[in-house]
Amino acid sequence: MNWRPVEIIAGLTAQELLRRRLVHALLLLTALVLALTGWGFSRIPHLHLGGELLTPQLAKLAAAQLLLLVMFMFSFVVGLTAAFLAAPAVAGELESGVALAVLARPISRAEYLLGRWLGLALPLLAYVALSASVEFWLVAVGTGYAPPDPVGAEAALAGQGLVLLTLTLALSTRLSAMTSGVVAVVVFGAMWVAGVAGAFGSAFHNTAISAVGTVSHLLVPSDGLWRAAVYEIQPKLFASASLSRVGSPFSATSGATPAYLVFAGGWVLLVLALAVLSLHWREV
Amino acid sequence: MASAGASAQSEGQAVLTRQLTKRYGSRLALDGLDLEVGHGEVFGFLGPNGAGKTTFVKLLLGLGRPSSGTGQLLGRRLGDRSARAQVGYLPELFRYQGWLRAREVLTLHCRLGGLPEAGFPEEVGRSLELVGLAGRGEDQVATFSKGMQQRLGLAVALLGSPRLVVLDEPTSALDPVGRHDVRELIRRLRQEGVTVFLNSHLLSEVELLCDRVAVVDRGRVLAQGALADLLSGEGPRVRCRDLPGDGLPGFGALRRDGEWVSIPGLDSSRTPELVAAIVAAGGRVYQVDEGRQSLEDRFLQLLERA
Repeated sequence: MNWRPVEIIAGLTAQELLRRRLVHALLLLTALVLALTGWGFSRIPHLHLGGELLTPQLAKLAAAQLLLLVMFMFSFVVGLTAAFLAAPAVAGELESGVALAVLARPISRAEYLLGRWLGLALPLLAYVALSASVEFWLVAVGTGYAPPDPVGAEAALAGQGLVLLTLTLALSTRLSAMTSGVVAVVVFGAMWVAGVAGAFGSAFHNTAISAVGTVSHLLVPSDGLWRAAVYEIQPKLFASASLSRVGSPFSATSGATPAYLVFAGGWVLLVLALAVLSLHWREV
Repeated sequence: MASAGASAQSEGQAVLTRQLTKRYGSRLALDGLDLEVGHGEVFGFLGPNGAGKTTFVKLLLGLGRPSSGTGQLLGRRLGDRSARAQVGYLPELFRYQGWLRAREVLTLHCRLGGLPEAGFPEEVGRSLELVGLAGRGEDQVATFSKGMQQRLGLAVALLGSPRLVVLDEPTSALDPVGRHDVRELIRRLRQEGVTVFLNSHLLSEVELLCDRVAVVDRGRVLAQGALADLLSGEGPRVRCRDLPGDGLPGFGALRRDGEWVSIPGLDSSRTPELVAAIVAAGGRVYQVDEGRQSLEDRFLQLLERA
């Protein structure tokens, strides 16, 4: 493995995101969302309930609930962006023929794929860190509520993006860009639904349904990481039994264990290795 | 992958394959292809559509894997990284990043090819000049016509003074001026000692440029050799009357076919001598056929026989 070609392809990939104005569009729309939600959060302490101003405690609880909804939207944006970015990254170049001239150069398939992955993953991580940090700051300034572990929440959200990105990239080494993107989005949605089902199963002590959630978290750890993010965003109070046993995707009874985080990291590396192997054995 | 025997034989070869076979499921794309291309040659690889020409090129460059057989490129196994560093390649499907400028595409390939960074601007400028794109380096590739994109592909293939240039249908999108330019470019490469592997079904182009050719069909080599040998045909024929006897002094037995006479196995270079001998023997000459086939005739003949 030679790192120079990896750097070249990663740089080219990041440059493409800029040149195609994807970064501009994403940042502009995110700025609009942040401005709107920031304004909304700043109004919460001024709300009345039964003719009385919300107490600071209630305002923080309301802010936490709304923040979870906003971050849920962010998690979808991150997941879908990852899928849309990765789907054409390899398949598109193979289909169009652009990859022919590149792969005939002294570069291995592993270096090419790793370059593509890094060139997408690093901007995605930067986007998650930036947008989530600004949102948390706006909420803290507007309502006084701060998530217990904002960095952990951002890391979990970024992890969810990496899972989707890596899965889609692996699919795109064999499937068309369109099919890879659609399959990845369906898997993303299915895992989310399976996670909700699993939470319901746990709430109603149904082992079979609960197992659906557990299996989905092991199969593709996107929902598992989303729930890890939820735990780090919500007030510790939400994790108590009375509020969390409803099976809601917007609450979590526990955070991710270190073992699960290691598993999720290993999952990403394994799927990345499979993607490399898949491309290695593919005819161009 | 390459055998020791192939290695020993390939020292003087830019390309060497032995029984190279490629299957796509039940379809046989290459059927035990044996090919040799010497250093500094302009080699024409001819065949009808679907003959396996592009498949062969992709195997040479490691873009595909042979099902069986061995091969070497510049003395190294097929697809070897260090061999690829010395090869320039214009794919049949020439597509480059449309969102980049032409100069940026070339710089990217300079980087991927491991050329010294300080020499990039000069190298990029030189290759743009060579293909007639000087002054268009700052244009976005997406704005280029198909012909200009093919010229850009040629510029990419010429970066870094490669030892072997593989051109897959290099003039398919070019106008007559462009085709002329490419011919001049190939002649220039020959003068510089660069091996050119020209994959084409434009026979006139190959006839004008190539030292040696191979004709392939359905994945098999039908004929391979020096162009002059391949086109030598059945020797000269002379249409004449009043020629007595069955032989000519210095030539041996005559073969007659109506008014046409010929000497079996006679080289076409002796045509003037044959005509002089016929006249000296009292024959009246009406027509002379040098017997050299056109590449198109020979190509069609080979395909019919196959």
